[in-house]
Amino acid sequence: MRTLKFLLQKEFKQIFRNKSLLPLLFVVPIMQLLILPLAADYEVKNINITIVDHDHSSYSHKLISKITASGYFKLENYVTAFNEAFDDIEKDRSDLILEIPQGFERNLIREDASARQTDGQQLYIAINAINGVKANLGGTYLNRILADYNADVRMEWMQMPKFNRFPTIGIASSSWFNPTMNYRFYMVPGILALLVTMIGAYMCALNIVKEKEVGTIEQINVTPIKKYQFILGKLIPFWIIGIVVFSMGLFGIGWLVYGIVPLGNLFLLYAYLAVYLIAVLGLGLLISTYAETQQQAMSIAFFFMMVFILMSGLFTPIDSMPKWAYVMTQFSPITYFIEVMRMIVLKGSGFADIKIHFLIMIGFAAILNGWAIYNYKKTS
Amino acid sequence: MKDVVLNNIAKIYNKGTVQAVNDVSFHVNKGELFGLIGPDGAGKTSIFRILTTLLLPDGGTASVNGFDVVKDYKTIRKNVGYMPGRFSLYPDLSVQENLNFFASIFNTSVRENYDLIKDIYIQLESFKDRRAGKLSGGMKQKLALCCALIHRPTVLFLDEPTTGVDVVSRKEFWEMLKRLKQQGITILVSTPYMDEATLCERIALIQNGSIMSIDTPQNIIEQFSENLFAVKSDNMGSLLQDLKNIEIVKSCNAFGAYHHVTFKDDNQEMKEALIRVLEEKQHTNIELNPITATIEDCFIKLMEDKEWTL
Repeated sequence: MRTLKFLLQKEFKQIFRNKSLLPLLFVVPIMQLLILPLAADYEVKNINITIVDHDHSSYSHKLISKITASGYFKLENYVTAFNEAFDDIEKDRSDLILEIPQGFERNLIREDASARQTDGQQLYIAINAINGVKANLGGTYLNRILADYNADVRMEWMQMPKFNRFPTIGIASSSWFNPTMNYRFYMVPGILALLVTMIGAYMCALNIVKEKEVGTIEQINVTPIKKYQFILGKLIPFWIIGIVVFSMGLFGIGWLVYGIVPLGNLFLLYAYLAVYLIAVLGLGLLISTYAETQQQAMSIAFFFMMVFILMSGLFTPIDSMPKWAYVMTQFSPITYFIEVMRMIVLKGSGFADIKIHFLIMIGFAAILNGWAIYNYKKTS
Repeated sequence: MKDVVLNNIAKIYNKGTVQAVNDVSFHVNKGELFGLIGPDGAGKTSIFRILTTLLLPDGGTASVNGFDVVKDYKTIRKNVGYMPGRFSLYPDLSVQENLNFFASIFNTSVRENYDLIKDIYIQLESFKDRRAGKLSGGMKQKLALCCALIHRPTVLFLDEPTTGVDVVSRKEFWEMLKRLKQQGITILVSTPYMDEATLCERIALIQNGSIMSIDTPQNIIEQFSENLFAVKSDNMGSLLQDLKNIEIVKSCNAFGAYHHVTFKDDNQEMKEALIRVLEEKQHTNIELNPITATIEDCFIKLMEDKEWTL
């Protein structure tokens, strides 16, 4: 116990003396929490559209102003030939081309209903699909605007029957747990979970590997310090720092800046965090047993973080992933923590709801730490 | 009483391709200052790491204070002091913090063993709040020695303590070792500098993982059976080449300002014969003096003899 106390004393002294590490631990996460949720927004705005107008009629102008007034589209160019418009796409100035055919207005308002039925009015949309999300959403938005426009035109020219001839279903939706559909409510807990993970895994791995690199571990090994004391001396400081950073993010940024008040039991949240941090620190420890230099540790940790982040469900919903990817996400501890964060903070879930998550995380902690300690023993 | 005993220790690296330590056996008596002398890559550090329980031997047995390095490693770690060749203290902790840290993890305090390190620590006193990483090379060595001594070890392992340290600090360092010896601490020290060998009580000359000779420095020098001469002329470069090609010369090696030469037949006429040959080869200001051998001469001779037998 006495030895452990001295080890912790030494460790904290070193951490607080490290002028480049300290801001990385406390300031950077706060900055990221302030910036990232604002930037990471799924709603696609500013879709650049090029319109090829062969008609130049008042109806085509009406359609164009309806599109630009929607707020989603920016009229990049207004041309008269498709080739010119395609040039815009090739030069990446435009995401969408809408081609309005010649005689659009004339055909649209032709009184002969049967002719309208057969010809219809064909508008042509070309989408630059390099950015899949943007293309998809842009196409959908545009289609909806066109449908709306279509209904307007009909209203203008046809008397709607008093009662609908076909039964229709009216939809009224309400958003639960995040009534204003505020994107930040969804992102902030997720990003916070990610930041805590990075601090745990990176800092812990780098710190131990640094002792290897500087050679101090040689000196430490020729002392009566026991393995478990050395490992605890490394894990406990970062466990505490992880909890402090998490609290700063949750209350300082989440609550004060974004107004996210945790709905669930805080004690439960911290209990889960405590277990989670042990698992993540175990990962850091495991990495440190394989790496000889800080550079190696950084590369290994970066690789895992990359996979974990993309597979965590922070940016893309897990449920829509293919089966194999879904299976992979189940092996990333971040997935569970992000889920639990969102459940407790936004939904107010109780212990019964996250029981399984608890068990899985305890499993992660046991496996990662067990493996790391086994490996640590073997090498020296 | 033998404090350190090695029996046929072997260490192999890279899956059997590199034999770092080959069948090494020697012992160090209690209170002795024992030197392990050999060039870089001779296997000195491997032997030190085996004795300090950081490395498992691939063959043979070794013990420190009578404890086996494999089975009783925990006991050994409590009782020995180790100063690795590379500076291995915390560079971001101050001199005092490093010392206190190493004292406390050995369950002792600086005050308790201050008398042991007093002579050395006094020189560090004025830097006690400076970060260890910011000390000069000589100061780092002194601090490392203090930290290795702070728990009053029975055996002190010093792996190349004077490598990369200036001449004055080196001399000081050996003075310190002599004083520590008087305190009854057994010291095993390694060095690539042959001139330091005479400062040890007994030495082992090691080359390519094998011990070539173990004895007191005096005895090793006395075993140098041939007459040795120092040769000098105005053109030292071509002199060395010429000497190597002369029939009667047995060996010839460059030693600072002179070349050291031995003859195949040891008699006085050879000396004059050599001067004659050199004069024929247009060498001017030739000097040829008989000298007594140094450890380095012995080392090179042992090395050459070994090559002959191979």
